[in-house]
Amino acid sequence: MQRVFEFIAGLLFGIGLILSGMTDPGKVKGFLDVAGAWDPSLALVMGGGVAVAVFAFAAMKRRGVSLFGGAMTMPESASIDRRLLVGSLVFGVGWGLAGFCPGPAVVAAGSGYPQAIVFVLAMLAGMAVHELPVFRTLGPVTRA
Amino acid sequence: MSIDWIHFTPWRSLAGGLLLGIATSMFLLLNGRVLGISGIASGLLRPARGDALWRVLFLAGLLASPLVLGAFYSLPESRFDTGWATLVIAGLLVGWGTRLGSGCTSGHGICGLARLSPRSLAATLCFMATGFATVFVVRHLLA
Repeated sequence: MQRVFEFIAGLLFGIGLILSGMTDPGKVKGFLDVAGAWDPSLALVMGGGVAVAVFAFAAMKRRGVSLFGGAMTMPESASIDRRLLVGSLVFGVGWGLAGFCPGPAVVAAGSGYPQAIVFVLAMLAGMAVHELPVFRTLGPVTRA
Repeated sequence: MSIDWIHFTPWRSLAGGLLLGIATSMFLLLNGRVLGISGIASGLLRPARGDALWRVLFLAGLLASPLVLGAFYSLPESRFDTGWATLVIAGLLVGWGTRLGSGCTSGHGICGLARLSPRSLAATLCFMATGFATVFVVRHLLA
């Protein structure tokens, strides 16, 4: 049963990304281009998502276990370190160049856009590069 | 600064955002996990035993979403003005950066902010800043 909900969560998240406009790199760049003709729509996407999810996270904090009785897997790191800041700065450059972040790129690849498929393959390669031993020296990997 | 009223879609974007919040909440309450796309995808590169199927199912849902929504609704077009070489470089930067920074727009931007994590706020401010700066440089300084 839990398996079904994992698929449905991906489906709903993808539909949300399409409706919001995030799967259109032209719209994302329109949002990131404050000096040009600025399209502020996408500010409502993160705002809307956070406004709903904040209640779920507050409820989970009190409950401690999932509705299926499973343990919660929350990010353990609390420190704002160089890894976090450099990684996020680099991610933003790629986001601004292509107008794609990971979720919308996967959804657009599902639509069959060749540009999205190429982007996703390059993104997976970038993730694989990070797995190389040379980057272990930067400290342990933490999730989300 | 001038507002692009022609492309401004406040209600549709807000509805999409609320749906992202609903999917995130469902995933959290049922699976006890943070919904972060970069973390979910990269976990498949070297999967631990018993840790791959839920990732595959979630990503299959994402990939199937245009087909499912497209059956009821005319999908908005994805517009590209980026060359192939730039797309590849951007993909590499997004892949490497989101691993180094442990998250992307979903994990830090939606989940992290919703669980009031100062770490995710710092990450979100960083990628928003370089996202805005990159588009400014490409569109207004280099063009």
